[in-house]
Amino acid sequence: MSENGIGKPVKRREDRRFLTGRGRYTDDLRMENQAYAAFVRSPHAHARVSGIDAAAALEQEGVIRVLTGPELVADGIGNIITGWAITSKDGAPMKVGDWSALATDRVRYVGDAVAVVIAETRQGARNAAELVEVSYEELPAVARGDRALQPGAPQLHDVAPGNLVFDWEIGDAAATDAALAAAATVVELSLENNRLAPNAMEPRSAVAVHDPAEDHYTLYTTSQNPHVARLVLSAFYQVAPEHKLRVVAPDVGGGFGSKIYIYPEEITCLWAAMKTGRSVKWTSERNEAFMTDAHGRDHVTTARMGFDEGGRITGFKVETIANLGAYCSLFATATPTYLYATLLSGQYDIPAIHANVKAAYSNTVPVDAYRGAGRPEATYLVERMMTTAARQMGMEEAELRRRNFIQSFPHQTPVIMCYDAGDFPGNLDKAMAAADVAGFPARRAEAAARGMLRGLGYSCYIEACGIAPSKAVGALGAGVGLWESAEMRVNPVGTIEILTGSHSHGQGHETTFAQIVADRFGVPIESISILHGDTDKVQFGMGTYGSRSGAVGMSAIVRAMDKVEAKVRRIAAHLLDGAPEDIVIEDGQARLPGTNRSLAWHEIGLAAYTAHDLPEGMEPGLKETAFYDPVNFTFPAGTYICEVEVDPQTGVVRIVQFTAADDFGTVINPMIVEGQVHGGVAQGIGQALLEQVVYDEAGQLLTGSYMDYCMPRADDVPFYTITHNATVCPGNPLGMKGCGEAGAIGSPPAVINAVTDAIGTNDLSMPATPMKVWQALAGARAPAAAE
Amino acid sequence: MTFSITLTVNGTPHHLALDDLRVTLLDLLRDRLGLTGTKKGCDRGQCGACTVLVNGRRLNACLALAAQQDGAEITTIEGLAPEGRLHPLQAAFLEHDAFQCGYCTPGQIMSAAGLIAEGADGADIERIREGMSGNLCRCGAYRGIARAVAAAAQSENGETEA
Repeated sequence: MSENGIGKPVKRREDRRFLTGRGRYTDDLRMENQAYAAFVRSPHAHARVSGIDAAAALEQEGVIRVLTGPELVADGIGNIITGWAITSKDGAPMKVGDWSALATDRVRYVGDAVAVVIAETRQGARNAAELVEVSYEELPAVARGDRALQPGAPQLHDVAPGNLVFDWEIGDAAATDAALAAAATVVELSLENNRLAPNAMEPRSAVAVHDPAEDHYTLYTTSQNPHVARLVLSAFYQVAPEHKLRVVAPDVGGGFGSKIYIYPEEITCLWAAMKTGRSVKWTSERNEAFMTDAHGRDHVTTARMGFDEGGRITGFKVETIANLGAYCSLFATATPTYLYATLLSGQYDIPAIHANVKAAYSNTVPVDAYRGAGRPEATYLVERMMTTAARQMGMEEAELRRRNFIQSFPHQTPVIMCYDAGDFPGNLDKAMAAADVAGFPARRAEAAARGMLRGLGYSCYIEACGIAPSKAVGALGAGVGLWESAEMRVNPVGTIEILTGSHSHGQGHETTFAQIVADRFGVPIESISILHGDTDKVQFGMGTYGSRSGAVGMSAIVRAMDKVEAKVRRIAAHLLDGAPEDIVIEDGQARLPGTNRSLAWHEIGLAAYTAHDLPEGMEPGLKETAFYDPVNFTFPAGTYICEVEVDPQTGVVRIVQFTAADDFGTVINPMIVEGQVHGGVAQGIGQALLEQVVYDEAGQLLTGSYMDYCMPRADDVPFYTITHNATVCPGNPLGMKGCGEAGAIGSPPAVINAVTDAIGTNDLSMPATPMKVWQALAGARAPAAAE
Repeated sequence: MTFSITLTVNGTPHHLALDDLRVTLLDLLRDRLGLTGTKKGCDRGQCGACTVLVNGRRLNACLALAAQQDGAEITTIEGLAPEGRLHPLQAAFLEHDAFQCGYCTPGQIMSAAGLIAEGADGADIERIREGMSGNLCRCGAYRGIARAVAAAAQSENGETEA
């Protein structure tokens, strides 16, 4: 077993360049002949564009070109696509409105791009963009999803009457209605899942290079999935054919979902590079990021859950309106359907579930997957419902959950998912012990003596990761397969390169991916390098999102290692005069047990490449590629317990203890996994207490900077207690489940359940700001979000 | 009309002619001097990614006009430690897993260097959390950051590391 192998808290190998300022992010790159792009953006939420006058901008020194939507369309650049087809319950296909990278005749949200200025300097481009005169005829706007679906609402797309993208359902409506009608107790809950801005610290950026001699394009960009970007840019936007387009995602400063999508700016930069003969760079400003990066969440939900006299759930009915914004972004339609409603069974054995999801267009930036993507919305609903039900029925929260836990596996839920493994009572027990729930009444009394209100909240989350079996998602409407690829190259000197289709933007792949190779072959971790993020180097890949890089990306590496090992065995058996199945590979060598014969790793590499003495018929070289398609989703699950103190004088909530008990299956590097949980919980606490994107009635964005949008800071998040309870995932070779999103998925209901426990009222919406908490305490109704 | 300034950046003097007086210290460092380790996160002094030391004090380089820094000594992440070596803060960030994507890290480290130099309460973790609250980390590595700063502050004060 290698000291840098599976399960070891190996320090991150990529850290040195980041610590010394030598990371290479997109905006750090400088091309020859580089010009800068600045976008002219709509100040209106909804308007007709009746004219663009660029004369004054073009007169500015250093302005190279001003380009507009009609020119883009005339050059055959295609509309922006959405990648998952959803069918409404009446059988009708979803209604997708046209989305051109630069608006042609109409703008539908504040920030919608209308034109682009290309200039010699960044500042020059910005100044000139201010001088482009766009004539707008303002139209009425609607910002909320529920209002957009009401009769008489302003209409966004002719193709989508009533602003309805789809009206989709899952589960058995009749069985659920019958269960609720027969239930001893029916618990009702209405809630909103607040709209969030992803806010990766690195703003989006793109540098497009066109080589006219070869008619070849290169795009350096902040992408979580460069191969998908190349595919979409080629096949749908017709910017360049795939073999003439290289996409590089160098160091990327966080994604959280927002860098999955192919945005108007990247398309425009590539096109502008061709039009101007210059390399074109664009880097988002933070206020542009608030306006144009895909937002997350934004659901309005009403739900009813039925219980029998013993507190067993009999049925669960859910009605959700999802606000998709002005256009359908790449994964936008999958997020509130197959990533949301399929998790509504939570950790519980529920005989009947029915969910109806209506998706609405509105005059806001498109909404898409953000850390967790649908699963936080499901968990927030299910776990607030369980707590609400326990309060209504006068039961202990933990006992109500325990009574309904799924106990045997595999378990087929009524909403597609088949859970393969888990230990839900075990997670709850671990969390309750670590959080010292037994001591809570004394702590609450002590706090009360100080005039503080102390509360305890649970969340037993489950999510689906390892996205996803290609055949299954294809049948559900996905436009792509969701496998992953890997190539393992053993060089003649024995060093190893792993080329992966996953992309690391903070996850530490350069460390964990090397760990599984070091573990398998016993070679020094220093002899292994991990290559990713360049379509010219890596064979192909679907990228990193949905906590898939472990369960799917590393599984592909395992498959490539299987193939390499098989060849190593044959070479070693041939040279050591044994049988391939008898060869033992460990400590960086292949040896034949019962003899003193062995080959060092570099000797095997050399033998493969010199090919002087290989088994009859064997091809030279030692390099294997594998494409791994998962057999099922994976199901990380756990219990989070949050303990808060509320100051009744001010409404300020302080998290005094946060306990996580997660089951992620096999853990490759516990230090990195803890970091992922910390980060996810920080974002979940942000959603619960601090963050909300606000548009006013006219569709103006009111939260366009960090002064208006409250991000979690160092003094906002507590130190957490983290424990693990591993049940091995049977679906992939390493037994991994995924850990990247759990914190963001599981934590918001734990926080809100704790705050409502402290203040003694269940009626509280996220973010639970001091004002809202104070108003709830005062018995006043808090104003609804975004009103 | 051009305006000339002299800056000492990481020990190296630079005589710079500014043809636009609006250029910020951040843009000057990144675009003119090629020191891209200092990051632009918000350009409004709200995220701390651009933090550098100016005459030993931490400063948001995005809010400082280069023209106002004539004669100043600037330290950026590239100049914190000699080439090939890690400053105690850099080593502590590695040891305590104090970041993930790395984008906010240069600003965090320079801010921590300034905080330690300010000398208030040294290694008190709550003081550190408050003192580092001007630096956003969306990856949420705040526990590691606070612990790294505490460890570096303790070692700088000649105390043993926790």
